[in-house]
Amino acid sequence: MTRLLAAGLGLFALVLVPLTALAQATQEDPAWQAVLNKAKGQTVYFHAWGGEPRINAYIQWAAREVARDYDVRVIHVKVSDTATVVSQVLAEKSVGKASGGAVDLIWINGENFASMKENALLAAPGWVETLPNWAYVDVENKPTVLVDFTVPTDGQESPWGMAKLVFMHDSARLETPPASLDELLAYATANPGRFAYPQPPNFYGTTFLKQVLAGTVANAELLSKPVDETKFEEAVAPLFAYLDKLHPALWREGQAFPKNASHMRQLLADGELDIAFSFNPGDASGAIANGELPPTVRTFVFEGGTIGNTHFVAIPFNSSAQEGAQVFANFLLSPMAQTRKQEPEIWGDPTVLDVAGLPANEKALFDAMDLGPATLSPEDLGPVLPEPHPSWVKALEEAWVQRYGAE
Amino acid sequence: MPSEVDRLSQATGFRLDAPTILVTMLLAGPVLAGLAGTALPAFGFLPVLGYEQFSLAPFQQLIETPGLATSALLSLTTGLTASLISLAIVLGFTAGWSGTKTFQRLTRFLSPLLSVPHAAAAIGLAFLIAPSGFLVRLVSPWATGWSRPPDLLILNDPYGVAMTVGLVAKEVPFLFLMTLAALNRPRTQDFFKAGAGLGYGRMATFFKIVLPQIYPMIRLPMLAVVAYSTSVVDVATILGPTTPPPLAPRLVSWMNDPDLAKRLMASAGALLQLAVTVSALVIYLCLEKLARALAHRQYQSGSRFRQENFSRLGTLLPMLLIIIVMVLSLCLLAIWSAARSWWFPAVLPQAWSLSKMIEAIQMGSGSLVATLLLALVSALLATALTLWLLEARSHRNLAVTNRLKSYIFLPLLVPQIAFLFGLQMLFLVFGMSGTFLAVLVSHLIFVFPYAFLALSDPWGQLDPRYARAARSIGVSRAKVFWKIQLPLLLRPVLVTLAVAAAVSVGQYLPTLMIGAGRIVTITTESVALASGGSRQFAALYALLQLIVPLIGFLLAALVPSLVHRNRAAMRLEK
Repeated sequence: MTRLLAAGLGLFALVLVPLTALAQATQEDPAWQAVLNKAKGQTVYFHAWGGEPRINAYIQWAAREVARDYDVRVIHVKVSDTATVVSQVLAEKSVGKASGGAVDLIWINGENFASMKENALLAAPGWVETLPNWAYVDVENKPTVLVDFTVPTDGQESPWGMAKLVFMHDSARLETPPASLDELLAYATANPGRFAYPQPPNFYGTTFLKQVLAGTVANAELLSKPVDETKFEEAVAPLFAYLDKLHPALWREGQAFPKNASHMRQLLADGELDIAFSFNPGDASGAIANGELPPTVRTFVFEGGTIGNTHFVAIPFNSSAQEGAQVFANFLLSPMAQTRKQEPEIWGDPTVLDVAGLPANEKALFDAMDLGPATLSPEDLGPVLPEPHPSWVKALEEAWVQRYGAE
Repeated sequence: MPSEVDRLSQATGFRLDAPTILVTMLLAGPVLAGLAGTALPAFGFLPVLGYEQFSLAPFQQLIETPGLATSALLSLTTGLTASLISLAIVLGFTAGWSGTKTFQRLTRFLSPLLSVPHAAAAIGLAFLIAPSGFLVRLVSPWATGWSRPPDLLILNDPYGVAMTVGLVAKEVPFLFLMTLAALNRPRTQDFFKAGAGLGYGRMATFFKIVLPQIYPMIRLPMLAVVAYSTSVVDVATILGPTTPPPLAPRLVSWMNDPDLAKRLMASAGALLQLAVTVSALVIYLCLEKLARALAHRQYQSGSRFRQENFSRLGTLLPMLLIIIVMVLSLCLLAIWSAARSWWFPAVLPQAWSLSKMIEAIQMGSGSLVATLLLALVSALLATALTLWLLEARSHRNLAVTNRLKSYIFLPLLVPQIAFLFGLQMLFLVFGMSGTFLAVLVSHLIFVFPYAFLALSDPWGQLDPRYARAARSIGVSRAKVFWKIQLPLLLRPVLVTLAVAAAVSVGQYLPTLMIGAGRIVTITTESVALASGGSRQFAALYALLQLIVPLIGFLLAALVPSLVHRNRAAMRLEK
C-alpha cells in the first residue's frame, strides 16, 4: 500500500512539475529521494551479455556517470548467456538465500523474463513506474515496453532499448535484396551456401523461426496465446515445409550453423554469407564505423514487417542493492543515456522513449543524430510483428531439434 | 621393505599423516559432495522447484532427447581417438628422436605450447583452417580461383574431425611434457645405451626397453587426458559438431536453460557423462592390456628393427605438423588482435589498429589482475602442498601408493560438469559463492593434481642417500628440505609452478560457476567475447590467456640455468 502510494505520489509530482525542471522534480519527490539516499554507496552487480565490446564500453560509461552523480558503483558482470543468470538466482533461491544475492540487475527479455516471473525470482512488481524517467517512456506507440513476449511486465522490468529484426547485405555483392520470405528462399536456392541462420536455441536462430512462422502461419491469433499442443503441428507445418526447402541451400547445407548473430555478421564480413540479420537496426552502421563490416553493407526488412520487441533490465528478488539497481535503471532511461546509446558508433540501439514528447533540449539531441549509412529510418523499418507467447519458443526449438538438430 | 610397511599401513589404516588426510579431503571431498549434489536432482529431487519425490523421470526425459545417443557416442569417440592419436604421436616421436639434437630443439617449442589454454588454441585453429581462414586465403584466388570462400564443411563437421584435431594439438604438448619428465631419470640413458649395445634400433630400444620402465609414470596423465577429452566443453563449443553437439556442451546448455525443469534432466545427463567417461577409461585400460599382451610377444621375438629411417621420419612429421599448426594459429591470433578490417581473400589485414588493443587491455586490467592472483596463489599453494605431502610421506617411509594417487587424481578423472553444479550449491550453503577464496579452492581442486603429477616422480627419483647422509651428521629435517632436497629439485619445482599456473589460467567452468560471475578472469572474458562479434577482441583475449603461463615457463627454463650455471651435472636434458 505504501509502495503504491509512493508511486502515485511520484507520478503526481512528475505531472505537476514542468518536465524541463525534471532534475528538481526528482529531488522533490520524497519517495525517490529516499531511494537515492539508500542507494548511496551501494554496489550494483549488473549481469549483462558481454560479447560486444561496444556495448561493454557503453555500460562502463553509464557506470562512471552514476558513480559520479549518485555514488552508486556499478560492476558489469559479463555473461555469455543470460539464461545462466536465471540459473544462478534459482540456485540461490534453492539454498534459501532470500537476500544478499549475487545478482543485482539483469539485462533480460522475453523467455528469461517469463521464466523468472513464473518462478518468483524477481523483485516485487511496480518499481519501474516509480522511476522518474519512466514518464518519458513511449508506452503508447511502443506497446512492447509493457508487454514482453505477450507477458505483462507488471513494472518488474524497466525498458532499455528497442529491438527489431533487420537483414543486412553487402550491396557490392548483392544489389537488390529479397523483399519477402519467398524471395529469400528463391535467392538462397539460386545461390546455395550464401544464407544461414544461427542454430536454435540461439536467440537469433529462434527469432528467425518466429519470423518465418509469423509469415506462414494460417491463423496468426494462435501465436498470441500459449501453445495449444493439439494445434501446434498444424500451425508449424508451413514453417517446416519452408525450412525443408531452404535447408539444402543453406550455408554448409545446414550441417553446421552460425553460433549467433555476431558470428553471422563475421561470416558476412568474410564473404561466406550474402545475407545476415540482427535485432539492432543500427548494428550494421556501428559495425561499419568500427571496421567490422565493409562500408558497402546495407540494411533491409521484409515488406510484411519483421519481429520486434523491447529489451529490459530487471532486479532479482534477492538483490543486495535494490535501490542502487533502481537508480541505475533510471539513469539508463534518461534521455542523455538513451541518445548516447542510439549513436551508431556507440551502440546504435533505438530508444524506448517518446522522442516527440521530450523537452526541447533532449529532443534536439535525438533529432541531430546521424544514424549512419546502413541504418533504415524509422519509416523504412516497416511494421512490427509482435513476438509470440514465450511458450512457443520451447515448442519451436524442440520441433526444430527433432527435425534438423539430431541426425 | 617399504612396500611391506605400505601394505601394513593400508590394511590397518594407521600411519596416515596430516598432509595426506588434508589433501585427500581437499580433493576427494568436493568431488564426492559435488557428485551427490548432482545425483539428487538426477533422481528427481530438487525441493526448490517443487520436486520432492524421487523418480526416474529425468532419465526418461533424457532418453527421449533427440540425438542423445549420437551426442554420447561423439563424446566417447572423439575423446578416445584424440587421446590415442596424441599418445601415439608422443611415443613415436620420443622413440625415434629422443637424445638427438632435433628432439632437443622441438622440446623447446613443445614445452611452452603446453601453456596455451584450450580455448585460445581452438580459436586460433579455427582462424587457420576455416574456409575463409588463413590457409585458404594464402592460396586464393591465384591458385584456387576462389574469390569468395568455398562452402566447405571444415569446422563443426558432424563427425567431430576438427574437434579431434584441436584436442590432439592441445594434448600432445601435455603428454610430451609428462613423457619428458619420465625420461628425466638418471638410469633412462643407460637403458638406451643397453639397447644400442644389444644391437636394437633406436625405436626398438624405446618400445622394448625404455617404455615399459617409464609407462607407469605416463599412465595417470594419459587417463586424465582420456577423461578430459571425453568431457571437454570449450574446444567442443568452438570446433565440435552442433547437429547434435557432443554430450558435454549439451549439458552446459541444459543447465543454463531458462526452462528450469531442464536442470533435472541436465543432472541425469551429467551422470550419463560420467558413464561415458568411465566407459572411455575402461576401453583405454582394455586396450592397454591388449597392447601389453601383443608387446610381450615382441619382447621375446628378439627382433632388433635396425632399418628404421623411414619410420623415424614418419614419427617426426606429425610432431612437426602440430608445432607448425600451433605456432601459426598463435601468430594468427597476434595478427587478428591488431587487425581492424581483414576481408577475404586478403592474406594480411587491410586496416590495422592498435587503439582497440589498448582499450581492451585497459578494460581487461581487472580481470588480468584476478587471473594473475589466482594463478600465483593456487600454483604456490599446490606446489607447497605437494612438497609437504611428499616430504612427510618419504620421512615416514610411505611410498606414494596407487590409492593415494587415485584420490589425488579423482578431480581429473571425473568430468568437471558432473560435480561442479553440486559444488556450487555447497559453496552457496556456506555463503562463499562468488568470493575469491571459493574460486581459489575450486582452482586448487584441479591445479593440485597437476602439480602432484609434475612433482611426485622427480621427488621419487631423488636419491634418498643425500638426505640420509645429512641426517646422520645431525642436520635437521627442515634444513635437509631447504638446503638439499629443494635445491636438487629446483628445476622440477619451477616447472611444477609453471604447469600449475597454466592450469589455473585455463579454468573456465569452475571460475564461472563457483565465482558466480563476480570473479572475472581473462579466460571467462575470453569465452564471453568469443560469443560476440569482434574478432580483434577475441584474439586479443585469447593471447592474454597465454601471457601468464608463458612467463611461468620462461622462468622455469631460465632460472635453473642461471642458478646452476657453474654446475654441469645439474643442467638437465643433455
